[in-house]
Amino acid sequence: MHITKDLVAASATPLVLGILAEGESYGYAILKQVNDLSGGQLEWTDGLLYPLLHRLERLGHVESDWQTPPGGRRRKYYRITEQGRAELAEQRRQWAAVVDALRGVWSAAPSITPIMAPAWEAGR
Amino acid sequence: MTVDSELEGQIAEWRAYMDRRRELHHTDADELEDHLRSRITELTEGGLRTDEAFLIAVKRMGSLDDLSREFAREHSERLWKQLVLPGEPDSPATRTRRELPVMVLCAAIAALAIKAPGLFGLDMSDDNGSFYARNISLFALPALAAYFAWQRRVGIRVIGVLAALFVLGAVAANAYPLADDSQSIVLTAIHLPIALWLVVGVAYAGGDWRSDRRRMDFIRFTGEWLIYFALLALGGGVLTAFTMGTFQAIGLDAEGFVSQWLLPCGAMAAVVVSAWLVEAKQSVIENMAPVLTRVFTPLFAATLLAFLVAFIWTSNGIDVERDVLILFDLLLVIVLGLLLYAISARDLTARPGLFDRLQLVLVVAALVIDVLVLVAITGRITEFGFSPNKTAALGENLILLTNLAWSAWLFLGFTRGRLPFARLERWQTRYLVVYAAWAWTVVLAFPLVFDFR
Repeated sequence: MHITKDLVAASATPLVLGILAEGESYGYAILKQVNDLSGGQLEWTDGLLYPLLHRLERLGHVESDWQTPPGGRRRKYYRITEQGRAELAEQRRQWAAVVDALRGVWSAAPSITPIMAPAWEAGR
Repeated sequence: MTVDSELEGQIAEWRAYMDRRRELHHTDADELEDHLRSRITELTEGGLRTDEAFLIAVKRMGSLDDLSREFAREHSERLWKQLVLPGEPDSPATRTRRELPVMVLCAAIAALAIKAPGLFGLDMSDDNGSFYARNISLFALPALAAYFAWQRRVGIRVIGVLAALFVLGAVAANAYPLADDSQSIVLTAIHLPIALWLVVGVAYAGGDWRSDRRRMDFIRFTGEWLIYFALLALGGGVLTAFTMGTFQAIGLDAEGFVSQWLLPCGAMAAVVVSAWLVEAKQSVIENMAPVLTRVFTPLFAATLLAFLVAFIWTSNGIDVERDVLILFDLLLVIVLGLLLYAISARDLTARPGLFDRLQLVLVVAALVIDVLVLVAITGRITEFGFSPNKTAALGENLILLTNLAWSAWLFLGFTRGRLPFARLERWQTRYLVVYAAWAWTVVLAFPLVFDFR
């Protein structure tokens, strides 16, 4: 299944903030985690993660620093800030509202559900 | 080993492509390279050959054009001058080739526009001085806005809004029955250019005037434009002096030509040409406004502190003359300018440093001085009542004071590491609307409120 660009873009910020809320991380690891969490459904162009991270940094939602693990490469690590946690909570509320509304629509139109659900499964 | 060195060679080549892009800083390329290597490692562990892994990793990174464009969007301060972002579908080469003729056309329109009233009997003599003072911004700025509208390919709706605003400005400047020696004429002559300059800003942003990034770009543009305009004016001064001198040497008086044609037309055309220079030549030299800011911020901070010390030491009262409020308005404008251009050039993620503290000192000193002046002047205004001049000066003072006070507060939060710098930037870009609202109020409402005094 192909998830449209708009949906990918809209969900990028809460995904990244959510992953960073669990602990500091770097670009490649974040991307892998997004991949794992979505079961490979969410496909990001690798490079485009970095402008997003820089934007979050500029807005003060995350902080970064360069670290060199012993015997490893120099790497830029990102950490969520208090403000970022507040933003995450806010995004979560908004997404919950959207998901609730969607659920309402799916159940109000029962003819869609049974047809669509297998189609999703088949897409995997 | 050869496989490894081959891979290293490929990565180095890829890296060279990255480094050629201005919108990607060295550290960004480092970050992307780290990503590329992680991806290659994972793929080769999965059983791929290194050259296959390299190809897939590069492919997954996304096209360099897409990548640069996204970085440019996020870091527009790095290349704000490069107006057409790379690889944008609507940037055919023909357009850049037509850029120069269109600019020349717009400059010519601006230059001829100032001579147009002459056809209707309003020649440039002292009798019509107030006509030209009121309308000075209506000759060149529409041409400048048209140039940007063409260059940014703005939609028909935005063009309509721009045209409507310019017409509104023209009506406001000419419809009111203002006497030539009224204060309102002077106020219109000062405020209409500000109002219309911000209208040009809408065209500059390509209609996307709500975007904070575009507004910041416009602030940067304004600073650079002023510098280029001043440079052109200097050159124009030299040209004028030679024109006068050489013709005098052969017994001809060129003064009429200079004052009627060379100066007015040259100045109007220079408005468009400087804008074009800012856009086109930005990559050639470093942005000047931030450099000047660096030089003058410490000097102004020192001067203001010295003034405060002298004020307290001598306990001299401030001599509240008629012009003193305007003088201190200008001081606030300068301090605000220093602040704006320091902001516009700052790396938004850098930690607060000595220069930021200095800037804070400057802003706070200016605030303290301004409050002293306001206290001194309130008495005078309540004594003699409000005139258009005093009201405008006081209004401006309050607007600037509010801006700087809140800026100082945000700055304090930033130097203590509690607020991100972007908050300060956003505050300044949002505040542009206040200037526009105030300038239009002075132009449109003041003559009515003050009975065309």
